[in-house]
Amino acid sequence: MKLRAEILRRQAGGEPYLQTFIYEPADEAETAASMLTNLNARKPLRDADGKEASPIRWECSCLQKKCGACAMRINGVPGLACDVKLSACGERIRLEPLRKFPVVADLIVNRDIMRENLIRMHLWLEQDALEPAADQELAYDASRCLQCGICLEVCPNYYGGGPFTGLAAAVPAARVLQLEKRGDGHGSEAERKTGPGKEKPKLFGRLRALTGEKRALPLARAYEKQVFEGCGKSLACRNICPAGIDAGRLLASSNAVAVWKRLRSRKAGRES
Amino acid sequence: MEKVNIIGAGIAGLSAAIRLARMNVQSLLISSQASERAQSVLAEGGINAAMDLMGESDSWQEHCSDTLKGGVFLADPNAVAGMTAAAPGLVRRLQELGVPFQRENGQMIQRNFGGQKKKRTAYAKSSTGKVLVNALIDEVRKAEAAGLTKRLCHHDFVRLALSEADGQCLGVWIRDTYGGACLFCPGPVILCFGGFCGLFPGLSTGTSQNTGDALATVFSQGAVLANPEFIQYHPTTAAITGKRLLVSEAARGEGGRLFALRNGRKWYFMEEKYPELGNLMPRDVISREMFLVSRDPACGGEIFLDMTGLSPETWKKKLPDLRAQILRYLKLDPACTPVPVSPGIHYFMGGLYADEGHRTSIPGVYAAGECACQYHGANRLGGNSMLGALYGGGVAAESAAADASVRGCAGTSVGEDFCFSEENETVSPAFGQRLGAILAQGLGIVRDAQGLEGALEGVRGLLRQPGITQAEARRCLLGEAVLRAALARKESRGAHYRSDYPERDDAGFRKTTLVSLRSGRMEVSFREVPARREAGDKYDARHGVSKSGICSKSSCREEEAGDEASG
Ligand SMILES: Cc1cc2nc3c(=O)[nH]c(=O)nc-3n(C[C@H](O)[C@H](O)[C@H](O)COP(=O)(O)OP(=O)(O)OC[C@H]3O[C@@H](n4cnc5c(N)ncnc54)[C@H](O)[C@@H]3O)c2cc1C
Ligand code: SF4
Ligand code: SF4
Ligand code: FES
Repeated sequence: MKLRAEILRRQAGGEPYLQTFIYEPADEAETAASMLTNLNARKPLRDADGKEASPIRWECSCLQKKCGACAMRINGVPGLACDVKLSACGERIRLEPLRKFPVVADLIVNRDIMRENLIRMHLWLEQDALEPAADQELAYDASRCLQCGICLEVCPNYYGGGPFTGLAAAVPAARVLQLEKRGDGHGSEAERKTGPGKEKPKLFGRLRALTGEKRALPLARAYEKQVFEGCGKSLACRNICPAGIDAGRLLASSNAVAVWKRLRSRKAGRES
Repeated sequence: MEKVNIIGAGIAGLSAAIRLARMNVQSLLISSQASERAQSVLAEGGINAAMDLMGESDSWQEHCSDTLKGGVFLADPNAVAGMTAAAPGLVRRLQELGVPFQRENGQMIQRNFGGQKKKRTAYAKSSTGKVLVNALIDEVRKAEAAGLTKRLCHHDFVRLALSEADGQCLGVWIRDTYGGACLFCPGPVILCFGGFCGLFPGLSTGTSQNTGDALATVFSQGAVLANPEFIQYHPTTAAITGKRLLVSEAARGEGGRLFALRNGRKWYFMEEKYPELGNLMPRDVISREMFLVSRDPACGGEIFLDMTGLSPETWKKKLPDLRAQILRYLKLDPACTPVPVSPGIHYFMGGLYADEGHRTSIPGVYAAGECACQYHGANRLGGNSMLGALYGGGVAAESAAADASVRGCAGTSVGEDFCFSEENETVSPAFGQRLGAILAQGLGIVRDAQGLEGALEGVRGLLRQPGITQAEARRCLLGEAVLRAALARKESRGAHYRSDYPERDDAGFRKTTLVSLRSGRMEVSFREVPARREAGDKYDARHGVSKSGICSKSSCREEEAGDEASG
């Protein structure tokens, strides 16, 4: 079945306009991503009116839902182009760039701010994790964030440059906060055994702690400001994450470490 | 000291940046897309290190000999010894960075992987690469906050700037793909741009980002390639739209079995033919067997991976993402139904020539990770490539820093006038697909002179086409280099199987293939594989080999003492 693909196009500095292409998927498995690849392989590429069109700019990498590159609005809903099957779209599909980020060209947006937000948040381990995370499953889940930005797209409280950095910052923070929760031991006997690998991992040595502060206080403080205080807990972001990350659980855990625990110790006069 | 420029932000690039920061050397981490989108995040099965956690008295020496044997003795034995000895320490370091490796009853565990009898693959369910990359990014972020590293995403490698006088590298040209501007970055260059799966669009398990064009450019600028003919076909992949989906070796490590239907009955051919390692033979062997079995008229052409015997516990705890992927993209539940699989292009053992210190043939240029030829010889063992990228990135960083401190600043002179033409620097998708089809035809699992010559003719035909862009011509030349290397290697070894030369020929070809392009002439030659050094001798990126294993330079001792103190 033929499909009308409406694509919101925009050249650098120009005004956006909708351009329609006619596309016939080869099989049931075709996705929005394969359609874009195949349209761009047409030489020349012509729109529905027979007018020659420049290649459609979009980003992709893994083509299997694992890298977050191809996030865009598909029929009004933010999602991954390599995840959305054309067969589920009927006779028309509309592709637009995400709206919460500056548009670079066509379907490409600049998501640099997400990287900057994480630096602002002090998202790193100040000191080595001497013990595995208290909750391995949670640490694993938090490591799966694609930094795709889809949760920010749907969040009523997030806007670029604002103080609130959203779930895309809260999810990776959960891993580090989780690690900082422990830290009273030195790993298990078997792991400490140096054995054949006595060679020290010099190639990959430790970076000095930046702030000189013990554990993750800067992160915890930033978390409180950048996530906790801004989140309306409306959970509009629930069920939209393409990696299927259970945000509610991660937030609860991080709040416990970064906010409630610190609140208690502040009350007890241990932190200024 | 001048900044070091790292091209590529997968595991190799991240590792190089961290090592440089640790030495207080500034770096630029330049990549087409952010690390979260690098091919490294696709790695599923795990990373090898002889940590001996499973009560099998494993040792790095065994890991070393398995790696050399798996690579059919083409890998540099000294480099492999360095990597395998460092591996347990590196994995422990990853633990300290908080990588949530798999545990059972509080203890870290390891799994079986192909070509190795012992359980030495550390993993995190079926997303090991992803969690590893994330931990490395956190560490790089820390270096970035300290002003030591700067990440430039959405910047493409354009070309190296080489001195006309002595061919030394002066720096690198990059281009902001968002803004369009070109930028010159002076200083040494560490290339970590990954494999060249982009030479085969749609036919590999890799990412569309690793186009191979950076390699083609560097090759055309005079960098020597090593062993490019060794292309790994992973035995268990399946075609999905736009690429091949990998069914990780972990599936077999956890008990998955390959079978064909011979006269209607299940035939577990790997178990029958190779009773010792069975479904966990090295990948080259399995892919070749599958090729042969699928052509056996009694077998109906199809081969299946039977994972129905895996326990619900294993699916849930160890392979959840793998099952989700197969359900999503192949529309079947591997826990209930055997999955039809066939071999697909997966990894490139060869690439830029790099010595033990990861120095390429161009002074001031280093290469690490999948774009370099190190560690895997004629065939890579599963779980060794993340290790090679992690370790190699660090070694390359050490070499770059050491050489730069001797060489001093190359200055900011550009060395040549340079003008970027977007039109000339693009490979049209249609052209890429045509070239890929020709190359895949010649460079299959089983090769012969006729097929390779035919492909070479096809590539030359494309090159003669009027109106092809410079980038397209360079890609053709890279393809030609791979074909010529495969033609010149008149033997069968590892991933390179020639039906017209089915035997291994150690006397003639236990050698590194080298391909170079000088003043428009392509040359293939062979060089002896380095001999294994004596046990006590130690290699150091800064000072080469030292007899006693202890470096006499005071600066080194201080740094090691520093490591000790902070460790
Ligand atoms: C599906 C799959 C599963 C795998 N599973 C495993 C496993 O279980 N265990 C294992 O050890 N290995 C595995 N591998 C292999 C392993 O993932 C890779 O070999 C390894 O991660 C390579 O790392 P790298 O840093 O060299 O390159 P990559 O991770 O490929 O990174 C390349 C970087 O270079 C950049 N780049 C590319 N071209 C340019 C350019 N022109 N300009 C600027 N930047 C550029 C990219 O943006 C990227 O940042 C797997 C591979 C695949 C595809
Ligand atoms: S939390 Fe989910 S939706 Fe948000 S950036 Fe990460 S992967 Fe994307
Ligand atoms: S709960 Fe609401 S405010 Fe909080 S991150 Fe999700 S969408 Fe945004
Ligand atoms: S291309 Fe990686 S998620 Fe779509």
